[in-house]
Amino acid sequence: MEALDGNSAIAEAIKQIEPDVVVSYPQSPSILILEAIALFIANGEMDSEFLNVESDYSAMSTCIGVASSGGRVFTATASQGLALMHEALFIASSLRLPIVIGVTNRTLAAPINFNADHSDSMAQRDSGWIQIFSENSQEAYDNIIQAFKIAENKDVRTPVMVGIDSVVTSNLCENIHIQKNEEILEFENKSNPTYSVLDIENPKTVGSLCASDYFFEHKMNQNNGIENSRKVIKNVGKEFGDRFNRYYGYFETYELEDAEYAVILMSSSAGTAKKAVDEMRKRGEKVGLLKLRVFRPFPYKELRESLSNLKSIAVLDRVLTPGTYGGPLFIETMAALYNLDKRPLVYPYIYGLGGRDITLKHIENIFDDMKMAFDNGKGIPEIKYINLRE
Amino acid sequence: MVQQRTNPLRKYIRNRKLPHFFCPGCGCGQILNYFLKAVDDLQLDFKKIITIGGVGCTARIPIYLNTDSLHGVHGRTLAWATGIKLYRPDLKVVIFAGDGDLVSIGGNHFLHASRRNLDVTVILVNNFNFAMTGGQVAPTTPFNSVTMTTPYGSKENTIDVCKLAVSAGATYVSRWSTAKPIQTVKSIKKALQHKGFSLVEILSQCPTNFGRYALRTGDPEKVLEWIKNRSISKTKAEKLNEHELKDKFILGEFIDKKRPVFQGTTLFKEEDN
Ligand SMILES: Cc1ncc(C[n+]2csc(CCOP(=O)(O)OP(=O)(O)O)c2C)c(N)n1
Ligand SMILES: [Mg+2]
Repeated sequence: MEALDGNSAIAEAIKQIEPDVVVSYPQSPSILILEAIALFIANGEMDSEFLNVESDYSAMSTCIGVASSGGRVFTATASQGLALMHEALFIASSLRLPIVIGVTNRTLAAPINFNADHSDSMAQRDSGWIQIFSENSQEAYDNIIQAFKIAENKDVRTPVMVGIDSVVTSNLCENIHIQKNEEILEFENKSNPTYSVLDIENPKTVGSLCASDYFFEHKMNQNNGIENSRKVIKNVGKEFGDRFNRYYGYFETYELEDAEYAVILMSSSAGTAKKAVDEMRKRGEKVGLLKLRVFRPFPYKELRESLSNLKSIAVLDRVLTPGTYGGPLFIETMAALYNLDKRPLVYPYIYGLGGRDITLKHIENIFDDMKMAFDNGKGIPEIKYINLRE
Repeated sequence: MVQQRTNPLRKYIRNRKLPHFFCPGCGCGQILNYFLKAVDDLQLDFKKIITIGGVGCTARIPIYLNTDSLHGVHGRTLAWATGIKLYRPDLKVVIFAGDGDLVSIGGNHFLHASRRNLDVTVILVNNFNFAMTGGQVAPTTPFNSVTMTTPYGSKENTIDVCKLAVSAGATYVSRWSTAKPIQTVKSIKKALQHKGFSLVEILSQCPTNFGRYALRTGDPEKVLEWIKNRSISKTKAEKLNEHELKDKFILGEFIDKKRPVFQGTTLFKEEDN
């Protein structure tokens, strides 16, 4: 066991994976990941090239350069930094480059704010990247280790972003398990030849113009990569569990089996929600939690299986997508369930913007509200905002 | 009884924003003062000044000024300024830029504002690092400096921002330091009165980050001393060769000339000035 904050946990994973290149541009709080890596490299604890570039956009573009010539590459960012990378993110995924980045999920300006919400990653949800969210330092470490294996799988070849909540996870220490270097090397199976789109022997141009004749097919090829990742994510999570005794899937269920009401959310607030479920279970309430780990690809089939028997569920989005009926997690959950004959009622909640707290009491109230609404004859759910000044 | 006297420049300050956020000994407070002194000496209409900051420690200077100001996107100050000047050429636009903001992430805008001779004043606070994010290497960090992302010293060459501005087409360019208040205020006054793109680069102490990591001291005086010892006047520098000028900061005015300013190509008629 080692006491590590989320940033250090990610840095530790990267030290063991030893990508060929690590690219750095400062952003709070993800820069702490890169600073830790810079020190590992300078001290000879890992053998990678460390590059300080001139902007977040250059960081992602440099990653594209490294990955397209066959190298393993990592960078970390957050908030405005990820937003500035937007255009390049689409290039990375369409060129099928297995880049891995760490994102300390932080809100987007304006106004400027350093704290957690999922605005940054959610704004990139259609970028074609695999998106994995972590509850705590342990998951941050484990997810990064798995991310390279998923991204580099020859059927997948799709970049992965691993999120941790800014400040609450990135900067708070927890005791976590770090595997031995040999164990990680064996798991990663680094001897696998990495894929290179730049091949000097067989010159070709990547990313050139394509008209309407083949463009659609190209995009579908790309889509196959992320579709194939469904199986790979599952297998890698299982293999990880078999080796290290920490199992991972698309989501984690907590007291969900016999539950009548459930909350769905992602990342650090799951800790609070688990505690709330415990408290309510003590009072005999049939409540449960589903913590989503993989947002892209969205596990709609598996969610149907886990959720269809509930009376109602509350989907808690930690992002405001102005002008929509609920946040992205709500919308996608609704879409997954709608065509079922038997389905729960789904309530949209928005919470935690810019680091706003969510407490046990808030989550208990959500369960109480859902139950009351159900007993009083349903009605159409309206969006609710948790812990917002009236 | 001793009468409490307030600083005559206090009237320009947004009182409700105090106390300020700068670290003890940071150069940003001095530079804020130099700017206000220049404005006061020139008796400029404070209501006709817009100040802009990007993101960073430096970028927070406008927050404390009683001007209209824009703040909050790293590196884009000059693009904003271009928009303002097109629509309101009557306003004076002053940009407080960090070195990272101006020539790292915002470098492209810097080239093009200089090229166009956009009629704005840029006050560059060069503290030799990305300070706000905790002291990382920037394109202005001297060779071999220890920073949080170069633990045993940076191995990359630096940008001479003034040279860059001159070659790109800026029409007033000078470099001073917080250790030279008289010259700095004089130069800011010139820049504010200059029609065209004016840049005043001010070498400034960041004791908390650059000081502690690169110079192994958190003492602002020592950082100032380091800047002073490395600085040399332009007239002296002209007599030295490249080798002797290695690691030196050249202080002085590098250009002061007239050239038509950018006023858009369709909206406004270009007038000779
Ligand atoms: C697009 C984007 N990338 C990164 C950041 C993180 N960031 C905030 S301030 C800053 C650097 C500031 O350095 P500088 O401009 O030199 O100002 P100083 O703090 O040194 O005065 C950075 C990189 C950001 N806000 N936006
Ligand atoms: Mg700086």
